[in-house]
Amino acid sequence: MNRPMNPPINRPMRRLAIVALLAALLSPSAALAVQPDEILKDPALETRARNLSQELRCMVCQNQSIDDSEASLARDLRLLVRERLTQGDSDSEVLKFLVDRYGAFVLLKPPLELNTLLLWSVAPVVLLCGIGALVVMARRRKTVSVAEAALSGDEQRRLAGMTKPGE
Amino acid sequence: MIPELGHYALVLALALGLIQSIVPIVGAATRDAGLMRLASSTAVMQFLFVALSFAALTVCYVTSDFSVLNVFENSHSMMPLIYKMSSVWGNHEGSMLLWVLILALFGALVALFGANLPATLKAHVLAVQSWIACAFYLFILLTSNPFARQAQAPFEGRDLNPILQDPGLAIHPPLLYIGYVGFSIAFSFAIAALLEGRIDAAWARWVRPWTLMAWMFLTLGIAMGSYWAYYTLGWGGFWFWDPVENASFMPWLTGTALLHSAVVMEKRNSLKIWTILLAILTFSLSLIGTFLVRSGVLTSVHSFASDPTRGVFILIILVLFIGGSLALFAWRGPMLKQGGLFAPISREGALVFNNLFLTTACLTVFVGTLYPLALEGLTGAKISVGAPFFNMTFGPLFVALMCVMPFGPLLAWKRGDLYGVAQRLMAAFGIGLVAIAATFAIEGGQSVLAPFGVGVAFFVMAGALVDLVERTALFRAPLATVRTRAIGLPRSVWGTAVAHFGIAVTLLGIIGAATWGTERILTLKPTQTVTLSGYEFTFDGLTQQAGPNYQAQVGKFTVRRGGAVIGVMEPSKRAFAARSMTTNEAALLTRGSGQLYLSLGDSEPSGAIAIRLYYKPLVMLIWLGAVIMMLGGGLSLSDRRLRVGAPKPATKSAAKTTLQPAE
Repeated sequence: MNRPMNPPINRPMRRLAIVALLAALLSPSAALAVQPDEILKDPALETRARNLSQELRCMVCQNQSIDDSEASLARDLRLLVRERLTQGDSDSEVLKFLVDRYGAFVLLKPPLELNTLLLWSVAPVVLLCGIGALVVMARRRKTVSVAEAALSGDEQRRLAGMTKPGE
Repeated sequence: MIPELGHYALVLALALGLIQSIVPIVGAATRDAGLMRLASSTAVMQFLFVALSFAALTVCYVTSDFSVLNVFENSHSMMPLIYKMSSVWGNHEGSMLLWVLILALFGALVALFGANLPATLKAHVLAVQSWIACAFYLFILLTSNPFARQAQAPFEGRDLNPILQDPGLAIHPPLLYIGYVGFSIAFSFAIAALLEGRIDAAWARWVRPWTLMAWMFLTLGIAMGSYWAYYTLGWGGFWFWDPVENASFMPWLTGTALLHSAVVMEKRNSLKIWTILLAILTFSLSLIGTFLVRSGVLTSVHSFASDPTRGVFILIILVLFIGGSLALFAWRGPMLKQGGLFAPISREGALVFNNLFLTTACLTVFVGTLYPLALEGLTGAKISVGAPFFNMTFGPLFVALMCVMPFGPLLAWKRGDLYGVAQRLMAAFGIGLVAIAATFAIEGGQSVLAPFGVGVAFFVMAGALVDLVERTALFRAPLATVRTRAIGLPRSVWGTAVAHFGIAVTLLGIIGAATWGTERILTLKPTQTVTLSGYEFTFDGLTQQAGPNYQAQVGKFTVRRGGAVIGVMEPSKRAFAARSMTTNEAALLTRGSGQLYLSLGDSEPSGAIAIRLYYKPLVMLIWLGAVIMMLGGGLSLSDRRLRVGAPKPATKSAAKTTLQPAE
């Protein structure tokens, strides 16, 4: 009954080793986005930090906000946002600080500028044009149908003849 | 041998496709019935050969034939059978093969069940289907051959991307592709109509069921993708406005518009040109959707194929089909005669409104998705367009659409009575107001938008029911009468009501999950307890479990409410050795229409672990709504009038002949 290969005392140690190995394996891709140690004590500030994080892009990721991203750059930015907030910056000051540093690329909602004019205006313009076109068409159709609907003098005479009783 | 067989079958399908691309058109031009009929045979044969090719690739995957490069790169001998099968389309080459398989299937279905189509229309439709098929066969054979071999067969494969080893994602691509490719039928009919220069209500009657079917699958496919992202990506979001998601959402938006404008065409013979244009746009967006994901132009969260060398071929296909069809439309479109007139306030008018808003909403998504690419390409300036932009631009358009939605089905054709309809909607309006007040009271004025949104959702739900209640005389007539009336109602009326109800349910879910969700992010040691929204979670510890091709770290949490145990949640992280990747498997516990959501973060040697904990009220309604929408589509599809097809003039001539036996 001697089983030196698997002494019970070693089991927890082994399990620990596996856990540690797994943790090392997992850490780059399966870490949580916002880490527990990042969270600010002041809930109001933390809420503002979270809301701001959702507006900011993780620049090394594809289409992820820093709130969602697990990249280390995103973590740095989250910490930076929180640092600025605790120092008393307003939301817009934080955003301005980051845009000055990283460019407009960091904003997930691009500001209205010359090169984003088309981006922001195309939908409203098309909608207004569409409504305009429909109104014009409806007007035109109305005049056509009214012209069609009106009875000619001859028709009116015949109608009058038909509706007169006893003739 | 088997891979070569599959490869050769695909080459034969291409040969058949080339014949089918030309011969029926010649037949239609020369009124040669034999040449036109040929298309039906080749369409069926094409399907058989593509099916053979697809089966060959599936066999390679199931038998783990790693001498085939594609199998080596995307499979693993230890993988469960279901994922070996789904690996077939879990990669670029195989997914293209699935695409042509579905395309060929639909071509064969048109050939087999299109007996009552006019001969020239059928010939043209099948020829256009074959143009699409040939482009894809060539693309596969020249740039993306799934049957390529390697000289030395390795012992083990590189495994399927672990995030794709999931039941949801196993069936997500086929659903999506049935949707995309289903729209090709509408496209082929549109091009055929342009080639013939004539179009009538029978055309719409043929196109509508196909569009409806494609729309149903696309709806389910998108919902499935959204649910997958929700439970896989580990942070409980359900829609990310990711380019890949947008790529499938855009055809859905124009497809929905097409569905509605086809109704106008069928019933009133109006909006012909617009319907044709929508059919072209919807399929063009499907093509763009397929290729955006496949070409790697937009590499994103869940884009798993990126090979820019195929880009040129893809661009040629897009330019030929989209540019070509739009040019044909510009040339021949104006020749189509416009049908019945209608007043702005009418059922037709409401459907035009629907179309305007849906296409504008689609345009918003389109511009938002492609603008950064175009801007960078043209000026080098880099900007980001993400969720905040889309929420701000798409949201209002869609809410406006929802507000008007209940009016549409209640308005009369040609000339409606807005005031009368408003009166009939008074009850629904009242329910909406009560919902706003109740929501406002319950949440205590946290936000203004959420109660308003809830009000809109309830207004739409009640509005969808108003039509049914009135038509079945519920509350007015005895139940027996109601029953006969309900059975007598056209299924499409039921379909409309159910689908409209469904979208409101989805809206409610989105509001609930986005506004009233709660979350906690913290590190827990074993036996520690944390409370969220009245639920207590006790961490029982971590264990290791071995899966077929991965090692899992599983956390066990006992969930209590008011002291009573209501469930155990076991979120896990899976480490896949073959790709040295891990996936996060969140644990979900459904509570009514809400869900508790738990995902694991890093563990510490002490046994403590970081967790993300969410309570998402109403979240299940998002996908339930999509399923309801799909059911609505199914009801509409089962409408007798659609199944019967175009009214046949044959009965008239038959009556004539029986009346004149003396001749």
